[in-house]
Amino acid sequence: MRPDSHELYDRRRSRNIGLGLVLGAFVVLVFSVTLVKLYEGQVIKGYDHIVDRDLLPKIEE
Amino acid sequence: MTDSTWSTPPRTHEAQFGDYVELLKPRVMRLVIFTALAGLLAAPGFVNPVIALASIICIAVGAGASGALNMWWDNDIDAVMSRTATRPIPSGRVGKDEALAIGLVLSGFSVVMLALFANVFAAGLLAFTIFFYAVIYSMWLKRATPQNIVIGGAAGAFPPMIGWAVVTGGVSVESVLMFAIIFLWTPPHFWALALFRTDDYQRAAVPMLPVIAGTRATRNQIFAYSLILAPVAIAPAFTIVGGPVYLVGALILNAMFVHGAWRIWRRNDADAAADRMLVEKKYFGLSIVYLFIHFGLFIAEAALRLAGLTTSGWPVLIGAGA
Repeated sequence: MRPDSHELYDRRRSRNIGLGLVLGAFVVLVFSVTLVKLYEGQVIKGYDHIVDRDLLPKIEE
Repeated sequence: MTDSTWSTPPRTHEAQFGDYVELLKPRVMRLVIFTALAGLLAAPGFVNPVIALASIICIAVGAGASGALNMWWDNDIDAVMSRTATRPIPSGRVGKDEALAIGLVLSGFSVVMLALFANVFAAGLLAFTIFFYAVIYSMWLKRATPQNIVIGGAAGAFPPMIGWAVVTGGVSVESVLMFAIIFLWTPPHFWALALFRTDDYQRAAVPMLPVIAGTRATRNQIFAYSLILAPVAIAPAFTIVGGPVYLVGALILNAMFVHGAWRIWRRNDADAAADRMLVEKKYFGLSIVYLFIHFGLFIAEAALRLAGLTTSGWPVLIGAGA
């Protein structure tokens, strides 16, 4: 018997397909919202080990 | 949860995806989605359709999560009531712990995502709604007082306010009126159901009004609430979200609703037994249609405004623009 032919997989098929579709829809939703927010010009900053100049104290020259 | 003799039925088979969907009370979710959408569309201002869709999904999932928490807490009384005995937990399709986990995870998830998609205020309202339904209503009021659904009805009344907050980031007279419509509609709606399901509630020891105060008092209360509801439901016609279409629709709907309540009020138990609670059942059905059409009227007015078909000189007597 192949490992993936166990009757457990049959019983859980609807759960797995359903969950897969839900997760896929969630990814699409987050991606769409991100595109919309970027398109609308919202500032999105990533603090990934790069110094943010806006957070540094202002030095008068 | 208080009956020590109760134990969760053994799991009879592997839960299917549909069993988990059922745990989220899809019929209640439908109403939540519709009323939240009405609040969102009626609100002044613009929100991108993608953000609107994402927000409505978050509100629906939050409502579903509170439904799962309600089923987890109430699984003992659900098992003894014929209306709820086939729900996923009492029928042994989903485990209690699973329901609790799903309820908690989806609650947190929906609130956080709504804060990211829309704004923190709308997310806060959603969090409060979930807390109110799961803790204040399910855990506290439902088994403690015949006024359970009067106060608990607030949980079902928040979705249009959340939809409104997604667009405006706050609360206003118009969204409070939308809240008040559902809040005042809930008692006559559930008491009509309780009149023809009294045996169920009695068996489950849930102190619904007909069980505690009798059917005469319940009939009086249904009529009284329908009279209080009518002016509140007509009032939005004279706000920025109302108009002639809303006014005509609201007048007809509330006349029907008060008439239905009056028919219930003038009957006694012998009349009701003679036609097997036909009038009460019809009133319960009418109450569902009543709410759907009412919020449909808000959407219709919003569509008319979008199309530029507003009535010039329409009196705005309440709220912004008064």
